[in-house]
Amino acid sequence: MSRNGFSVVRWWSIVLKEFLQLRRDRVTFAMIILIPLLELALFGFAINTDPKHMPTAIIAADQSEFTRSYVAALRNSDYFTIVGELPDEEAGRAALAQGQVQFVVDIPVDFTRRLLRGERPALLVEADASDPTATGLALAAVQQFAQSVADKDLIGPLAALAGGQPAFDVQVHRLYNPEGITQYNVVPGLMGVILTMTMVMMTGLAITREHERGTMENLLATPVRPLEVISGKIIPYIAIGLVQATIILVASRYVFNVPFAGSVAAVYLSALLFIAANLTVGITLSSLAQNQLQGVQLTFFYFLPNILLSGFMFPFQGMPGWARAIGSALPLTYFNRLIRGILLKGNGWADLWPSVWPLILFTVVVMTVAVKCYRRTLD
Amino acid sequence: MKDSANLSYMIDVRGLNKRFGDKHVVRDLSLQVQRGEILGFLGPNGSGKTTSIRMLCGLLTPDSGSGSCLGYDILKQSDQIKRNVGYMTQKFSYWDDLTIRENLDFVARLYEMPDRKRAVDEALEGLRLTSRAQQLTGTLSGGWKQRLALAACMLHKPRLLLLDEPTAGVDPAARRDFWEELHELAAQGITVLVSTHYMDEAERCHKLAYISYGALLAQGTAAEVIESQGLSTWAIHGDADRLVELSRQLRGQPGVDLTVAFGSALHVSGRDGAALERTLRAVTQGQALRLEAERTGLEHVFIFLMRGSADNFADTLGAGR
Ligand SMILES: Nc1ncnc2c1ncn2[C@@H]1O[C@H](COP(=O)(O)OP(=O)(O)O)[C@@H](O)[C@H]1O
Ligand SMILES: [Mg+2]
Repeated sequence: MSRNGFSVVRWWSIVLKEFLQLRRDRVTFAMIILIPLLELALFGFAINTDPKHMPTAIIAADQSEFTRSYVAALRNSDYFTIVGELPDEEAGRAALAQGQVQFVVDIPVDFTRRLLRGERPALLVEADASDPTATGLALAAVQQFAQSVADKDLIGPLAALAGGQPAFDVQVHRLYNPEGITQYNVVPGLMGVILTMTMVMMTGLAITREHERGTMENLLATPVRPLEVISGKIIPYIAIGLVQATIILVASRYVFNVPFAGSVAAVYLSALLFIAANLTVGITLSSLAQNQLQGVQLTFFYFLPNILLSGFMFPFQGMPGWARAIGSALPLTYFNRLIRGILLKGNGWADLWPSVWPLILFTVVVMTVAVKCYRRTLD
Repeated sequence: MKDSANLSYMIDVRGLNKRFGDKHVVRDLSLQVQRGEILGFLGPNGSGKTTSIRMLCGLLTPDSGSGSCLGYDILKQSDQIKRNVGYMTQKFSYWDDLTIRENLDFVARLYEMPDRKRAVDEALEGLRLTSRAQQLTGTLSGGWKQRLALAACMLHKPRLLLLDEPTAGVDPAARRDFWEELHELAAQGITVLVSTHYMDEAERCHKLAYISYGALLAQGTAAEVIESQGLSTWAIHGDADRLVELSRQLRGQPGVDLTVAFGSALHVSGRDGAALERTLRAVTQGQALRLEAERTGLEHVFIFLMRGSADNFADTLGAGR
């Protein structure tokens, strides 16, 4: 008997109802398919195309045929657009910090003199690598130009300098983001971001909606219990989450050629855990929200730290302590580690466990909060 | 332990109070309803009927007071109450994006009904909606929604029905059918509390409770309710224009508590029968008006109660803070 405990029949009634309602909700249904595709297209392809024509400033403390030739080479390439000259390093930093330029090429005072002496002077390229995808290929080009300028201009008596190693060095400083995330890093990371967004968003209104439509009064007047409603409401979304995960996996494998070093089972198990964690968050937010607008706001409030502090945007280890502390409480942090670990490093169960148990713990704790927050009366 | 006298009451609550912020919505409400009785719950809009009903079925927690529904404590045993009560909300609150059958099926599952399919089929037949079972509920007209809601809240064969304005917006024929059914259910021992605005419905209830601004002003059979207010009523027949003028003229006169235009006559009621009669005789003396004693009816009493309580409320507001 289920007189006071959990009733499977009642729970199943909620599951069925949610499925039926979902099936009729065309907009939500379209979103389920379109969001992953859209995000993948936006983030994924933005990473793959190498960005061109990035604003670049020159600090020319030394002017000579070589430096002019080098700057001309930059100018002629597709990667850089020379936007002007800056007086000194300080001005260069400021321009980078304010995002006015992506690169600053700093030619030191005695560059030509040292070059001619064969001392292999260094040319300094500072890059705003906060978006590493914007700088990666351009920085490779910078090195290449050093070689070709040397080959072209160092002729006659200077030809000796051109032999073997380049006559000068290009030092690259990646500012703001020393880790330099690769596309392989980002596409699996997207899986977590997309799941967070859609799962929390879709369930974030699940209970608020019943309150706003007045149907909650009916539901509350029946014997159905909070745990039955809450777990029943999230079940259909677990299925949806797995569909989304599959779309993203297929796309990362066949569109973005992300390696797939680990096991498929591990990926799906991690995804399942992560989906459950997010659904409990969504349903808790929807119990807390007084209306749908608040629900959306709370969802957004949850979404932001996940994007920023989970290691998706910025390398986790590079963040300050407080940010890491917040990040450590977010499921996306652990999922990012799991999915990158499985896909890229081929991690096995032992390597995965440290990121698996926090997800389980998170889900159980938040589920408890959700049941506690569920208002059993209309008070 | 409860004594057996209490057990015969299907609803037995005492001193229920509910405030929303500083608004005292239900004041010291006490209600007793016996098994198989139909209690009409009357009162103007905003008088606290819905709030009271919600407290009875555990949807709202009273600030103070106590009591039982079906013998279960309204504060501690709302799970048992919910299992055995059919509550029809004032506003339609089934799922618009489910079909009629799906809604009924959902409800049947929630109550863990053993023979679900048959119960749903029977309900559909009873509603004569079998052919439209696959129609989305949101596309039903108001009257049909009301009937569906009623069928849905009775699906699990509750012992107590709490119906919040179940016939609002329902055509007269359907209302008559509905009341027939209520009386049949009552005869089977099902207890019904039904809120309504319709006077003809009030007259079909076994007992009445009149609430205004949260306070219960009268309770009992129709005759008892009429009796309790001690009103004498007179009808004045005459020229329509003259009656309008007379109505204005009578207001505030000794013994006159209420003047109401009733068809072609003006009804005048008052608590002090002797004073009222004196006033009326004086006013109609030698005029082209005919004065007749009239039986005080429910309608007079309700209008009287509604006016009186408006004043009470103003008083309490003034005295309150
Ligand atoms: N949840 C609530 N919060 C604040 N005020 C409420 C709430 N529910 C009802 N009220 C107020 O309580 C009063 C009584 O409402 P209600 O019980 O719905 O009356 P009735 O059903 O008799 O029309 C009204 O003034 C209404 O505005
Ligand atoms: Mg009401």
